[in-house]
Amino acid sequence: MVEEASLREAYGKALVDLGRVNPDIVVLDSDLCRSTMTQYFMAEFPGRGFDCGVAEQNTVSIAAGLAASGKIPFVSTFAVFMPGRCFDQIRISIAQPGLNVKLVTTHAGLTVGEDGASHQAIEDLALICALPGFTVIVPADAVEAALAVKAAAAHKGPIYIRLSRAKQPVIYGDDYRFTLGRAVNMREGRDVTIIAMGIMVTAALAAAVALEGEGISCRVLNMSTLKPIDESAIIGAAEETGAIVTAEEHLEHGGLGSAVARVVSKSRPVPMEMVAIKDTYAQSGKPAELLQRYGLTAEDIVKAARRAVKRKG
Amino acid sequence: MPPESPGQAPSIEELTLIAKVLRRHIINMIGRAGSGHPGGSLSAVEIVASLYFRVLRHRPQEPDWPERDRFILSKGHAAPLLYAVLAERGYFPLEELATLRRIDSRLQGHTDRTATPGVEMSSGSLGQGLSFGIGVALAARLNGQDYRTYVLLGDGECDEGQVWEAAMAAAHFRVDNLTAIVDYNGIQLDGRNYDIMKLEPFRDKWLSFGWHVIEVDGHDFRQLLDAFERARLVIGQPVVIIAHTVKGKGVSFMENTADFHGKAPNAAQWEKALKELE
Repeated sequence: MVEEASLREAYGKALVDLGRVNPDIVVLDSDLCRSTMTQYFMAEFPGRGFDCGVAEQNTVSIAAGLAASGKIPFVSTFAVFMPGRCFDQIRISIAQPGLNVKLVTTHAGLTVGEDGASHQAIEDLALICALPGFTVIVPADAVEAALAVKAAAAHKGPIYIRLSRAKQPVIYGDDYRFTLGRAVNMREGRDVTIIAMGIMVTAALAAAVALEGEGISCRVLNMSTLKPIDESAIIGAAEETGAIVTAEEHLEHGGLGSAVARVVSKSRPVPMEMVAIKDTYAQSGKPAELLQRYGLTAEDIVKAARRAVKRKG
Repeated sequence: MPPESPGQAPSIEELTLIAKVLRRHIINMIGRAGSGHPGGSLSAVEIVASLYFRVLRHRPQEPDWPERDRFILSKGHAAPLLYAVLAERGYFPLEELATLRRIDSRLQGHTDRTATPGVEMSSGSLGQGLSFGIGVALAARLNGQDYRTYVLLGDGECDEGQVWEAAMAAAHFRVDNLTAIVDYNGIQLDGRNYDIMKLEPFRDKWLSFGWHVIEVDGHDFRQLLDAFERARLVIGQPVVIIAHTVKGKGVSFMENTADFHGKAPNAAQWEKALKELE
């Protein structure tokens, strides 16, 4: 039985750890403390936690003011509401002046499930990656989520961290070291590289095992820092394996596939396939059903890898 | 005159002369740049001059002084006014005013906190300054600092829903170290507030959101200085000063019209405006 753990639980607890050692950490939420798990911080540090009600724009701009005054604000809500609902506030008040605000969203992607298309953030990464100067992190499991949150607090500048709702398999041990901006080689291989992030890392590892059985040797990279992206890891994958598959719980437009393709096309063009949501909104359903319907399973990665390898010629 | 405010406290008569100088700067800056927003810069001259010459605790030679009072220009299109005041106070050389909106200038078309000494917030998209000000005011409370935060809003800006999100939050969080000022000149880009989007009953709106409201003639230095003094004394709730002003104040053909909200004077108008401001 694979151990599973919640990324937002890990986030909530990491915030409390940070709050205990750094008095400048403050937390803002928009009436979702009990879902984003900022509730732990709010309970332990009521003077430093601000539930701003259902008003994401105001919440984000207040955070900007706090950051301009030396505080380190963490702002949380669902990924459908931030950056979407408060994009202009993030752009003007945080990105342009490069203020030290940490946006941490939860319930990202299709796997929010039954709430349906309105609640499935599948374009948030395209929006946030468009903003100059933003660092964007999509952790793969609870261990990485906690470490990413702590790295974000130590980093000066605007950061977006995207977390899923459901528990995820734990893929890292206590000895894991997270380095901002560096891809993690999860498995070595010769024929193709699968570059994944978030919940798709687990699927990529499963796909690599299946492909091994067919005689296709797969490298797997966890690209948990989407921006600035680890260009040398991508170029190395292109040079050494000659084909790349990307896998993400996001639209094909403006996400991981697009970012990797930008690097590959400029440096070392090789066949590339993208496992991502095509240009469409999804619907209500169980998370597993949705992943299957919209082509985001390990099996979809296997098929994409076969295509990529075939195209190597 | 707060102890950290540089120079001697100018009298009302001196402030009146300063206001005229600031208006000349605004006209010259926008005239030279060939674009900009004279109407809403001219209407708020006395408000911003009161703050920087009499009310704020600040050190122009040390713009990032942690104990400074903060002035946040939410209506970022009035940047020429703020730049003129900052230059007159010594934040940067007066000659630099001529570079407004030029490439590589520190004086961007709308305020940019990374570019200009003394500018607290990057603005240009309306409705965000009051929220930002709440954050700045909360930080003072968290840090145990006694600086005060002032936010200048436009009246048209109050069409933005975020202003009212912030109004609700400021009262909820009891940020009594925050003072908002509305430059109520009655005209927005497309025309009169009354025709575009009614604000009235404006005072009642702020009152019902839990604010202490003071109304003044926004061109009367005595009333403005008195209002800022009274605002300091209010405990437990934020204060809004509704400053009744005239759009384009000081230049006859720019007064009470939407035509010069966002348009530079041509050569003849520029000359005429300066003549009126002699």
